[in-house]
Amino acid sequence: MRRTPLYERHVAAGAKLVEFGGWEMPVEYPTGVRAEHMAVRQGCGVFDVSHMGQIETVGPQALALLQRLLSNDVSKIPVGGAQYSVLCDERGGVLDDLFTYQVDPDRFLTVTNASNHERDLEWFRSRARSEGFTAQVRDRIGDYAMIAVQGPLAREVVQAISDTPLPARMTAGKRRLSGIDVLACGTGYTGEDGVELLLDPADAPALWDELCHRGAVPAGLAARDTLRLEACFHLYGNDLTMERNPIEAGLGWCCGEDTGFIGSDAVRAARAAGPREALVAFKLEGPGIPRQGNRVVEGGVVTSGTLSPSLGVGIGLAYVPPQLTAVGTRLQIDVRGKIRSAIVERKPLYGKGT
Amino acid sequence: MAEGSYPEDLLYHPEHDWARIDPDDPRIATLGITWYAQDALGEVVFFDPPSPGTAVTKDQPYAEVESVKAVSDVVAPFSGEIVEVNEALVDDPGAINEDPYGEGWLVKVRISDPSERDALLDADAYSATLG
Repeated sequence: MRRTPLYERHVAAGAKLVEFGGWEMPVEYPTGVRAEHMAVRQGCGVFDVSHMGQIETVGPQALALLQRLLSNDVSKIPVGGAQYSVLCDERGGVLDDLFTYQVDPDRFLTVTNASNHERDLEWFRSRARSEGFTAQVRDRIGDYAMIAVQGPLAREVVQAISDTPLPARMTAGKRRLSGIDVLACGTGYTGEDGVELLLDPADAPALWDELCHRGAVPAGLAARDTLRLEACFHLYGNDLTMERNPIEAGLGWCCGEDTGFIGSDAVRAARAAGPREALVAFKLEGPGIPRQGNRVVEGGVVTSGTLSPSLGVGIGLAYVPPQLTAVGTRLQIDVRGKIRSAIVERKPLYGKGT
Repeated sequence: MAEGSYPEDLLYHPEHDWARIDPDDPRIATLGITWYAQDALGEVVFFDPPSPGTAVTKDQPYAEVESVKAVSDVVAPFSGEIVEVNEALVDDPGAINEDPYGEGWLVKVRISDPSERDALLDADAYSATLG
C-alpha cells in the first residue's frame, strides 16, 4: 500500500487505517466518524486526500484533447476556473468523475479518483497518441499532496494564514499559506463551503499541523463518505461504474454532447431515449441502515447507504425504474432479509434548505 | 474502557464473543462481544435484537452490530435458544462500546449442550490470540 506524506500524523493521532484505492488511509480518528462529520457540518474539518491523483495536460491542443476526453464543455473553463465532468468510454460507460482546473492558458490540471488514476492516465495518454493531439499528458500524482478544509468556518481558518483573498467557489489559484505555496481550489466533496489545497508533499505536514493548531478537526474517509452521501455526491465504484451512463446517474448536466467527447453519441442516445434506471436519493422511515447492494423490492438496487449523522436516520442512493423516481415515492429496501420502508427524497438529503 | 480488557470469569470465542454462565443456573448464558470487537468496529450505532425463542448455533452468527461504516456478525459461542434480549440497546447501542461486558450484553440463551464450553477460551488464551 502507498502512504501519503501525512501518514505519520494519522498514526500519531491514533487513526484507524484502512486500504483504499491502493493507499493506507485514515478511516476515522479516535474522535469517531459522527463527531468528525458534525465538526465539518458545524465548524471546520480537515481531510488528507493526497491519495487522489493529478494529471496535467499541457500544450497548444490541451483544450482540444480535453474536449475529446471530458464530458463537459472544457472551453467554458476560464484561466483560474474549475469544472466537474465525467470520463466515458465509447459506450458512454463512466470511467471516472473528475475535477479539472485551468491553471494557466493551455495548462490544465485534472484531479482523479485514487482507484482510477492509473487507468485514467493511460486513457488520456493513449487517446492523445492515437488521435494525434499536440499536447503532453503528465502524471503529477507524485508532485502533489492534497488537503481539504471543509465546513462553515473553513474559509475563515484558511484565510487567516493567507495574505491574499482565497479563490471563490469553483475557481482556483496560487496562494501562499503560512509561507507555503499552494494551489487553492474553491471546491469540496462535503456539501459545505471550503477549499481543497494542492501542495508540495514536503510541505504537507507543516500545513496540516498549522490547520489543526488553528482548530481544524482531522476527519477520515468514513466521515468523508457520510458527508458526501448526505450531499448526494457520487462515489465512483458505488454510484458510478463502467456499467452506468451519466444520464441514468443524473449527470446529464455535466455532459455537452456537442463537444464530441468519447461516448457522446451513446450519451446523446441515452438522453433521448430516457434512462432504464435512474439514481434517486432516499431516507428510511424507521430503523435500519441501508447498504450498497441491498435490493429495492419494487425494482433496482442500493448503490450507497449509511446512517446519516446529521439526520439520525438511514439514507442512501439507489438506481430504480423511472416510474419510481418521483419525490415522495415509497420504496421497500431489503436489508439483508429485513424489509425497511423508505421514501424518495429531493437531493441533497442535507444542505441548504433542509 | 481505554485499554483491552478481558474479565477472568468469562468464556471467549475466537470470533471475539464472550459468554458468562449464570452463577445461579448453569443452563443460562449471557452473550456479548469483546472489547477487541467493539474497538475494531468503532461506535456502534445500530443493534436490532433477535427475537426470544430464536435458535442459535455454536460458531454461527445470530445477530449483527452496525457502525456507521460497517456491519459485523456476532457469532454464538454456544448452541441453544434465546430467552432474553437487551432491548435497552435499541435506544442506546453505544453501551456496547462503553460497557461491552456489562450494560452492553446482547442476549441470554438457554444452552442446549454444556460440553460446548470445552471449545471456548479463557481470558488469557483469548488475549493471546489478539497478538
